[in-house]
Amino acid sequence: MEPILFIIFGAIAVGGAIMVVTRKHPMSSALYLILTLFAVAALFVLRQAHFLAAIQVIVYAGAVMVLFIFVIMLINVPENKLPMERLTGLRLLGVVAAGFLILESAILARRFAMPAGSTADAGSVQAVGRALFTDYLLAFEITSVLLLAAVIGAIALAKRKI
Amino acid sequence: MTPIAIDASAMMQGLYCILPEILIVATALFVLFVDLILPEENRRILCGVSIIGVALSLFTVFAMGPGKISGFSGAVVHDGLGAFFEIVILSACALTLLMATGYSEWEGTHKGEFYSLLLLSTSGMMFMAKGTDLMTIFLGLETLSIPIYVLVGFHRHRMSSVEGALKYFLLGAFASGFLLYGIALMYAATGTTKIAQMVPMLYDARLAASPVFLAGVGLLLVGFAFKVSLVPFHMWTPDAYEGAPTVVTAFMSAAVKAAAFAALIRVLLLTLGGLQPVLWKVLWVLSVLTMTVGNLSALVQNNVKRMLAYSSIAHAGYILVGMVSGDVLGGQASLFYLLVYAFMNIGAFGVVMLIAQKEDEGYDIDNLAGIGFKYPALAGLLTLFLVSLGGIPPTAGFVGKFYLFSAAIKHGYIWLAVIGVLNSAASIYYYLRIVVYMYFLPAKGEVPVPRPPRIAFSLALCASASVVLVLGIVPSSVLEFAERSVLSLLM
Repeated sequence: MEPILFIIFGAIAVGGAIMVVTRKHPMSSALYLILTLFAVAALFVLRQAHFLAAIQVIVYAGAVMVLFIFVIMLINVPENKLPMERLTGLRLLGVVAAGFLILESAILARRFAMPAGSTADAGSVQAVGRALFTDYLLAFEITSVLLLAAVIGAIALAKRKI
Repeated sequence: MTPIAIDASAMMQGLYCILPEILIVATALFVLFVDLILPEENRRILCGVSIIGVALSLFTVFAMGPGKISGFSGAVVHDGLGAFFEIVILSACALTLLMATGYSEWEGTHKGEFYSLLLLSTSGMMFMAKGTDLMTIFLGLETLSIPIYVLVGFHRHRMSSVEGALKYFLLGAFASGFLLYGIALMYAATGTTKIAQMVPMLYDARLAASPVFLAGVGLLLVGFAFKVSLVPFHMWTPDAYEGAPTVVTAFMSAAVKAAAFAALIRVLLLTLGGLQPVLWKVLWVLSVLTMTVGNLSALVQNNVKRMLAYSSIAHAGYILVGMVSGDVLGGQASLFYLLVYAFMNIGAFGVVMLIAQKEDEGYDIDNLAGIGFKYPALAGLLTLFLVSLGGIPPTAGFVGKFYLFSAAIKHGYIWLAVIGVLNSAASIYYYLRIVVYMYFLPAKGEVPVPRPPRIAFSLALCASASVVLVLGIVPSSVLEFAERSVLSLLM
């Protein structure tokens, strides 16, 4: 059962990602991005990382994407003013490079077995919480400094008068 | 699940280990708070408060000594290397703040946000220098970068400032992605993010040749190469350096580079034991490219700030020369050069800042014509810093380059040393070009009147100048400190 689900959700994630970059209207791109994020969350569930899956949905598909959509709606570029994207040589080269990257990853994945590290409950809320407040306590705290810096920075750049 | 048992003594040790960083973050918060209650015209105090915080932190680093203290289950360590780089970073921050007293007055950056961002960025750099877990290093890098992006664009009304910030931000975010992906692959290959646990695994030939791990190391290298602006990851440097407020440029060129090199040295020196046969070629090519492209582009610049930006790219190449060999001698030379470079580069930016009347137009090289005999002190200082950047004795820049290139020769990288010396010779042309402009060319019209420096500003310039001179004549004690620092890492 698991491999089949993996293939289904993996295909949805990749298909959604391709749609994100090929849609003309930014709004459809954003909606497809949400689809991709949900599919990735499902992949996390398959890997027993329930907490990560929940966070993925709440933070990315929820908060971040809502902001994206707000911005797109606020800017509201009319359909006929949208810039036309052309297939230039550089872009073709990008597609070729992406193809190589996929091929390489496939070869790597075949030649290389993952170390058996993740047990059944390594991804549960308790396990993640425990890791955050023991082994990764410092990383957790530095993140708070980082977020503070980002808030101050945003205010310094965006406020009319500081 | 059983409740987590908290080991109080281990916790205290961890907190003691990061005491200098805690002091800096606390100062940043305090500055923000004081900014709220302070009337507009007294904002100058904020700069003083920041300087006191940095001085306290620097004092703590010295008081803690070079002894090894590790904390937070091996996420950070206070060792010789960490202490050395903390001293470099904090000195650069202190010099920047001293210069900011004057600069903020002219350009209106006496803002709580300006100082607290500068301090938060400094704390990120220190975490990066001390991090022994790739997670800590990555978070340190982000904490360093985000405030710097904002500081580059702090002059919101100046087109070049905003442009530089946007370019730096977009490319920087991309580079952070590379770094993180590299860390993820390294984690996938080894099952750990702690460098200390990774190192013994590298002597297992299967892992050292594993494509996943090598791809991870490569991506990690790309991320760092971006931050220290190695060619071909340097595209953002000239624009960001030119657009940023000049104090921020000085800070970036010295401190950001030092922090990124600190993490790079820690990762590379430790892992090179197993990876040296693969990695040295990459580093060799990067180093040669960086030196050559940096110097050749600097030759044709007419904007002094832009020229110094390209020169800083070239200097990253020189520093990398010391790391190609990947042992104590080269590491020591790189460390020494980073320290010297911080002082001479900030000094050079400081003098240029005084002479230029305003951002953008003031940095044209024509503006320097005729300064030489009219303002002998300023011109003399600038000449000293430029001579040191060019690597001419008896300055510290010469000693630094001498040790870098001799380390390369001792390990048989003769060609690398030859290319380095040739580059260094070529760089003398554009450094001395400024000196020629100052002393031998008549001014076009009025000689611009440099801004009168405040006491703090003069103090910063004098401190930089004396470090450049003293280390040029008696470098042994600092060289020994650098050697002990590298050794403490390998023990």
